[in-house]
Amino acid sequence: MTTAPFDFKDYIRNRFFPHIWCPGCGHGIVLGSLLRAVHELGLDKNEIVMTSGIGCSSRISGYVDFHSLHTIHGRALTFATGVKLAKPGITAIVPMGDGDALAIGGNHFIHAARRNIDITAIVMNNRIYGMTGGQFSPLSGLGKKATTAPYSTIDNQFDVVELAKSAGASFVARSTVFHAIECKDLLKKAISHKGFSVVEILSQCPTYFGRKNKEGDAVQMMEAFKTNTVKIGSKKLEANPDLIQRGIFVEDTQKAEYCAAYDKIIETAMKGNA
Amino acid sequence: MTQKDNIRFVQGNEACVEGALYAGLNFFAGYPITPSTEIAEHLSERLPREGGKFIQMEDEIASMGAILGASLTGKKVMTATSGPGFSLKQEALGYACMAEIPCVIANVQRGGPSTGNPTHVSQGDVNQARWGTHGDHAIIALTASNNQDVFKITVEAFNLAETYRTPVIVLLDEVVGHMREKLTIADPDEIPVVSRMRTSVPKGVDYHPYLPREDGRLPMSDFGAEHRYNVTGLFHDMWGFPSNNPKVVSELLRHLVDKIENNVDSMTYYKEYWLDDADYVLVSYGSSARSAIHIAKNRRARGVKIGVLELQTLWPFPSDMVREKCANAKAVLVVEMNMGQIVTQVKSAVDNPDNVFLANRIDGQLISPTDIKTILRMIQGKGV
Repeated sequence: MTTAPFDFKDYIRNRFFPHIWCPGCGHGIVLGSLLRAVHELGLDKNEIVMTSGIGCSSRISGYVDFHSLHTIHGRALTFATGVKLAKPGITAIVPMGDGDALAIGGNHFIHAARRNIDITAIVMNNRIYGMTGGQFSPLSGLGKKATTAPYSTIDNQFDVVELAKSAGASFVARSTVFHAIECKDLLKKAISHKGFSVVEILSQCPTYFGRKNKEGDAVQMMEAFKTNTVKIGSKKLEANPDLIQRGIFVEDTQKAEYCAAYDKIIETAMKGNA
Repeated sequence: MTQKDNIRFVQGNEACVEGALYAGLNFFAGYPITPSTEIAEHLSERLPREGGKFIQMEDEIASMGAILGASLTGKKVMTATSGPGFSLKQEALGYACMAEIPCVIANVQRGGPSTGNPTHVSQGDVNQARWGTHGDHAIIALTASNNQDVFKITVEAFNLAETYRTPVIVLLDEVVGHMREKLTIADPDEIPVVSRMRTSVPKGVDYHPYLPREDGRLPMSDFGAEHRYNVTGLFHDMWGFPSNNPKVVSELLRHLVDKIENNVDSMTYYKEYWLDDADYVLVSYGSSARSAIHIAKNRRARGVKIGVLELQTLWPFPSDMVREKCANAKAVLVVEMNMGQIVTQVKSAVDNPDNVFLANRIDGQLISPTDIKTILRMIQGKGV
């Protein structure tokens, strides 16, 4: 932990800027919250490996001054699993988009959760494929417009929190880019947690999702995160059960972490007790 | 009774395991698939005994991702598979080419396409090993026909992966992988082992992870060490930062291909039998070479001037060596278990491609000495 003042320049690679994100994109707020979380935790930059896949969100790994591994679409968690198991002292952070994490990468997402390997997975959920120009994702939900859903979507959406919980993640939380300080605090807890942590952060894509679905500009979309979400268990849910809940849904510190469990396998194997 | 504990009676897949451990393997990720599964099974027991790590991933793609992540932390890594799994690994294999991550992929071939002929032999993935992943690239693929050679070429596969920072494919086949025979494990230091070359650039000095030295090598820095850099599958500059600058793109692509293609001699492994005066040269590899050697020995005893060139490096294809070895042959017979994948390479390598013939078998059965003899007699004009 540190109380030193935060300067984002200590954590970014100038050479990589300007970033590729559109004006009004929510992903920069996630980056800001994440860097503040890392700063406040007082982590050594050499100990952090940020692994990402492909998509707008995945470019985040290049912007940060950590070890960064920009991999292939959907497979970031598999690379991060190799990094973490090979060198358990590393702090593994995996930012992903909704398509990257839960369409092409869905299988890896549930299996990383099942193993409870100590990785922090951040799902930057803007409900759309931004980089390819606005196609619907498994998190778009019913009745949405996208460039591949001109008549509106008939695909149901995943609930990231429920999926992560049932797959075995031992820390599961949700917030939005409107709640930047809450995001930072949740990320601090997620990174500190020993086990597979999932933090879903609702983010806006005014360029594609907002425009296609008439949700207004970035400011209006962020205001919607304020009005459409509540803290877990809020009384407002009684009147409106459709409100999206924010906060920590699971925090299980008892469940065995994968790398620690493997260390015990090594101990057993070295004694010759197959 | 004295017994040397370095002599084993094992399957080829176990010889591959022993070679990998000898070479310093300390991280394996895999997914079960016939006929390669014994490699994963044995390593799940052996690796943790030596403090190494084994993980069974959710699929072949994940296995490939995991070994690449582990390699970047400084581990020597391997995965093992067969045709369908090899198909799944191709995208990440290309990533390893582009990001220059040392790794070894064992493919114990079975019949394809698709699910094909899982428990039967084939050599149908030769061209897939060369061109399975998309885009221009170079690749190294080694093979062997017996346990002793499987051990040796597996060690060399790790050495080449480290030397050239590239994926290397150990292309075995079902017969070699499952056949049991003697294996003598080499003594320590008997076969040189190439260690990971790490940068000597001190902390605080700009490290260029993708700037080749004059000798073409790129010293690495482990994830977790003091040099923080970017690794990407995008075209990138010497810092690993993405770039679509035409000069950066073309220079990187040339580097990726040239570092392999310009060093063919240093990665060419082969064996030769009775080639000095051979009128007939059998070019073969893997389990097919066992039948080729058998029939050549048999025909020699009957006065036929015949020899065998057994290839252990399939890619990059050693064209110059093959041309030289076949220069005085009346006919060259390529013995392989596919529809003719190496024969096309041999035809382009030699001076007279019209004298190159294919002796193959594609029904899941090991090509027999008699199969080869039949085709040889037809070429000789003797009929069957």
